Amino acid sequence: MANTNFEKYKSDGSLGGNVLEWVDARFPLTAMWRGHLSEYYAPKNFNFWYFFGSLALLVLVIQIVTGIFLVMHYKPDASLNANGVPVAFASVEYIMRDVPWGWMIRYMHSTGASAFFIVVYLHMFRGMMYGSYRKPRELTWLFGVGIFLCLMGEAFFGYLLPWGQMSFWGAQVIVNLFSAIPLIGDPLSIWLRGDFVIGDATLNRFFSFHVIAFPLVLIGLIAAHILALHETGSNNPDGVEIKAKKDEKGIPLDGIPFHPYYTVKDIVGVVVFLMVFSAIMFFAPEGGGYFLERPNFFPADPLKTPDHIAPVWYFTPFYSILRAVVWPIFGIDAKFWGVVAMGASVVIFAFLPWLDRSPVKSIRYRGPIYKTFLTLFVISFFILGYLGTQSPSYWGEKISQLCSLIYFGFFLLMPWYSKVDKYRPAPERVTG
Amino acid sequence: MKKFLIAMLCTPLMAFAAGGSVHLDKWPGSVADKAALQNGAKLFVNYCLNCHGASYMRYNKLMELGLTEQQVKDNLMFTADKIGEPMRIAGRAEEQKAWFGATPPDLTVIARARSSQDGSGADWLYTYLRQFYRDENRPTGWNNVVFENVGMPHIFWELQGEQILNKDHKLELAVPGKLPPKEYDQAVSDLVGFMVWMGEPMQEERKRIGWIVLAFLSVLFVFAYKLKKEYWKDVK
Repeated sequence: MANTNFEKYKSDGSLGGNVLEWVDARFPLTAMWRGHLSEYYAPKNFNFWYFFGSLALLVLVIQIVTGIFLVMHYKPDASLNANGVPVAFASVEYIMRDVPWGWMIRYMHSTGASAFFIVVYLHMFRGMMYGSYRKPRELTWLFGVGIFLCLMGEAFFGYLLPWGQMSFWGAQVIVNLFSAIPLIGDPLSIWLRGDFVIGDATLNRFFSFHVIAFPLVLIGLIAAHILALHETGSNNPDGVEIKAKKDEKGIPLDGIPFHPYYTVKDIVGVVVFLMVFSAIMFFAPEGGGYFLERPNFFPADPLKTPDHIAPVWYFTPFYSILRAVVWPIFGIDAKFWGVVAMGASVVIFAFLPWLDRSPVKSIRYRGPIYKTFLTLFVISFFILGYLGTQSPSYWGEKISQLCSLIYFGFFLLMPWYSKVDKYRPAPERVTG
Repeated sequence: MKKFLIAMLCTPLMAFAAGGSVHLDKWPGSVADKAALQNGAKLFVNYCLNCHGASYMRYNKLMELGLTEQQVKDNLMFTADKIGEPMRIAGRAEEQKAWFGATPPDLTVIARARSSQDGSGADWLYTYLRQFYRDENRPTGWNNVVFENVGMPHIFWELQGEQILNKDHKLELAVPGKLPPKEYDQAVSDLVGFMVWMGEPMQEERKRIGWIVLAFLSVLFVFAYKLKKEYWKDVK
């Protein structure tokens, strides 16, 4: 820590030098600035895929700021107003119509939810391609998996709040899944809802989770994610450790200070992202019915089940895996095993650092087997995602079973195929 | 790597190409046509608002259609005393439930709710309101091609006349109405336009602001890109 000026100010703490010195004697401001920005050395060969970490942070800020303003007018109340419409649903339309610029804040938040998952999926895929989860970055990866889990919870709770048909029935379906757990299932699902059906109690607790509990945990995990990353230093598209080759001052030969080089580069990424984001938000805020589902423009009605209940697009790959499991095992309902499979399909990411036995990190130096498996994994992820938006069908079920098999195969067979696969030795220095 | 990305991009596109079940006629109108929207508003308050509310919509918002406060009060405002009040139904919810078996839904955002893979919400409404036919088996005497066994009677029967479903399951105009078919279609189109506008009254404004935002970001992009280039000159 660079508290070298401390002695100068210890006696009276007066402001003798400049303000920065005064602060530094009391708080490691300059030290933090240097450690995380101006003297944090990042590999100079980051490519397109490395924009999504900073973009995820940007979307988080968008969600928090717009969320703060939405809470000022949103009402988590399932009772009916004088016009026979649930108060929560009407309050969203109030924001859309009567609150000045409310529509823009709301569309930023609803588009932001989908954007969050898009950038996070791309960010995770980057980590998988270049082996960013490998030693010594296992903890960064684990915090990341924690963030992803938290984000799923955050999105799920938030989706109930508009109190539309899909909000209501989506939550109903997901909470009912817990009732499939033997013995404790039924009381557990009642405890989660706070009622026998999704109701006012559920809406209020989901609101509390969405605006307080989960954002707090998310921010904590994100801080841990970044601290862990800055401890080990970033990986890069070549998957080589830049800290292995340093100059006489101890600066990695292939490293450049994050600030100003990557701050100015990320600004370009931010502007391009905002252009895409604005194009969706201002010209297609419903995202073709995938960002704002159409049935959600009908207020929640516990007596009217929609023909087809589909989760929002970012959950559909996992939802398909849930539906793919149709066999009761050990006399326990298939639904339970579906829940187990769905949970496993998310948590399994956490094991990647220990499943991968390849001598190289980056896809650039890996052999054909790994590339084939990763390609098949991505294709099945998309197909599962698509099938999750569709009504159940015979072929849909068969295809989603095959894709689930490939999905889990990618992870569970990795210790074998990553070891036997051909590879080219990684270079000593980054290749740019 | 390239092939891999192409495969990634194509899979969802192929998958989303499937779908489609009910045939919907394309709504021919436009939300930019203020005169049509005014006519639609008139039809809406005279016909729809008797049973359906539009309770997220305030009467003074109708002034955005190019009407003065007095014009709205005199011609469109029958269910409220003050211009800032919401467009509530004329009837009462309990009575309607007794008459129709269900409370008719609020129509403020119906055009958004009714869109599907088959077409936009406007297409659905435009088709639905033109495809009522006589059906003696229904309590109201009416049925609908798009919305089978619908609880709503044909509210425009005087204008459109009476259609029947013939042996080939095609609609046929059995008794002509006050309006020739072309004019009836036009009236429905105007009404649908109003409901599309009402679903999101700021939609034109939203797009207008969108262009300004994109223009600003394009300029910002040039500066951001030049700044990046300038700094990265010395990275070898």
